[in-house]
Amino acid sequence: MRHTAFLERFGVSGRGLVVALPYLWLLLFFVVPFVIVLKISFADVDLAIPPYTSLLQWEGANELSIRLNFNNYAFLFTNELYIKALLNSLLVAFVSTLFCIVIGYPMAYGIARARPKTRNILLLLVILPFWTSLLLRVYAWIGLLKANGVINNALMSLGLIHEPLAMLYTPFAMYVGIVYSYLPFFILPLYANLEKMDWQLLEAAEDLGCRPWQAFYKITLPLSRNGILAGSMLVFIPAVGEFVIPALLGGPNALMIGRILWDEFFSNRAWPVASAVAILLLLLLVPFMMWYQSIQARESAGAR
Amino acid sequence: MNDRRSFFVLTCLAFGFAFLYVPILSMVVFSFNASKLVTVWDSVNSPTLKWYHALLGNEEILDAAWISLKVAVINASGSVILGTLAGFALSRFTRFRGRFTLNAMTTAPLVMPEVITGLSLLLLFVALEQLIGWPAGRGITTMTMGHMTFSMAYVTVVVQSRLATFDTSLEEAAMDLGARPLKVFFVITLPIIFPAILSGWLLAFTLSWDDLVISSFTSGPGSSTLPMVVFSKVRLGVSPEINVLATLTIGFVTLIIVCVSVWMSRASRLDKASA
Repeated sequence: MRHTAFLERFGVSGRGLVVALPYLWLLLFFVVPFVIVLKISFADVDLAIPPYTSLLQWEGANELSIRLNFNNYAFLFTNELYIKALLNSLLVAFVSTLFCIVIGYPMAYGIARARPKTRNILLLLVILPFWTSLLLRVYAWIGLLKANGVINNALMSLGLIHEPLAMLYTPFAMYVGIVYSYLPFFILPLYANLEKMDWQLLEAAEDLGCRPWQAFYKITLPLSRNGILAGSMLVFIPAVGEFVIPALLGGPNALMIGRILWDEFFSNRAWPVASAVAILLLLLLVPFMMWYQSIQARESAGAR
Repeated sequence: MNDRRSFFVLTCLAFGFAFLYVPILSMVVFSFNASKLVTVWDSVNSPTLKWYHALLGNEEILDAAWISLKVAVINASGSVILGTLAGFALSRFTRFRGRFTLNAMTTAPLVMPEVITGLSLLLLFVALEQLIGWPAGRGITTMTMGHMTFSMAYVTVVVQSRLATFDTSLEEAAMDLGARPLKVFFVITLPIIFPAILSGWLLAFTLSWDDLVISSFTSGPGSSTLPMVVFSKVRLGVSPEINVLATLTIGFVTLIIVCVSVWMSRASRLDKASA
């Protein structure tokens, strides 16, 4: 590495401080909390502040006992609601990711192949909604989808329908909301990948007799694999635990695990159950997160 | 590009951008609607600014906006410091103990579902309060610490990717001329990566300003942020004042983004011209 000379002169203490500050912060506020969640998922609900029992108990003068209570997990696995919600969240996130790929791929491709000036403007147009509050953008769909909303009013005044369509508070509304909110998260990493593509490869393939679609399928698609995967993970993982969109657009029957966790915590004050839900969800998502990290590592290695 | 393919791509772009912008524009249009029904256009009395007046007189929203602003500014400043350090460590120190963990800890918050982060932070604050009596209760402080934890991860990514394309020979030259590492960082590195740090600050500000879930878990009585107030209003249905709030937000964001990107493209052009 060229900059080792620079680093060697960077005294060990200075270097240690640079690493230690963010490291300790994340350790305390990101890693330790999960240990506490794990601990509380083994506790009992208690009518106290905070509303859970302690795992450690003094038995007599010098005997400390630890009681791990698996009831919360047993409760999750025997109660149909939680398993159903978990499976449904996976399905919703998966289908939303597919829609993001179908809508987002041509957009990222179009932006990457536009002239530099147009490209910057188009890119800005993708980033702009990303900077505007998610809550407000989801709220916009309530106005569009509700019974006397913009879409129903337009269709009725055109005479296409006579009764307003029931769209708000349906799974359809939830899918629209998720795809709409997460689309920029898919487009941006894919664009970053496509931008580095050598388009002469496509010309070469076409000169050698490939049809445009064939060339796309054989060259562009495989080369952009990491971009697609990275974008998909950025949509899929947070979408599994999404709370705001199902709460606002999905109606009372939208079974999503993020919403169940929220209700257990805020409505039922069942902190141990909420913790068990969080641990279960986390275990489910960790493999995807590790996959995402390895894709990122490969992408940045390829960039050098 | 071949014509048929470019026609297909153009159609997709047009539909995609329509999908992204129709909802946003609808809020802007209906913020000027006089009718209380919000989405039914009252052509007699519209356009009107009466909901703008109503919003500016709404104490609840203004108080919440003030809290959100405080949290967002402190969060953005703290996240920039932590995120720049982390980004610098990850891109410049190729080998150190804990590099893998630091990398994982700055990637995971980007994708972690917010309900999990929020719940775990709250349980940490409760446990700390029991253990050492700090933080006593929850409010602006706990919320800000929660926001910093996920915002700094975004800043790290921005700074790290800027440093990856950085020409290190400038730093080396300064070192050869006898500058100490700390001086090199402040005189050479910092000014060059300043645009990335500025975008990191703006990103962290926005993430905090917009956050609902982590704020709900880590806030206490009397410290409701703007998104928390908006969420409780929106749960009851559409409200004309929220359309106004959305319009103001969009206008403000557009202004900032356009200014920053014009400034950055000019800076990079100057950079190239002087090189």
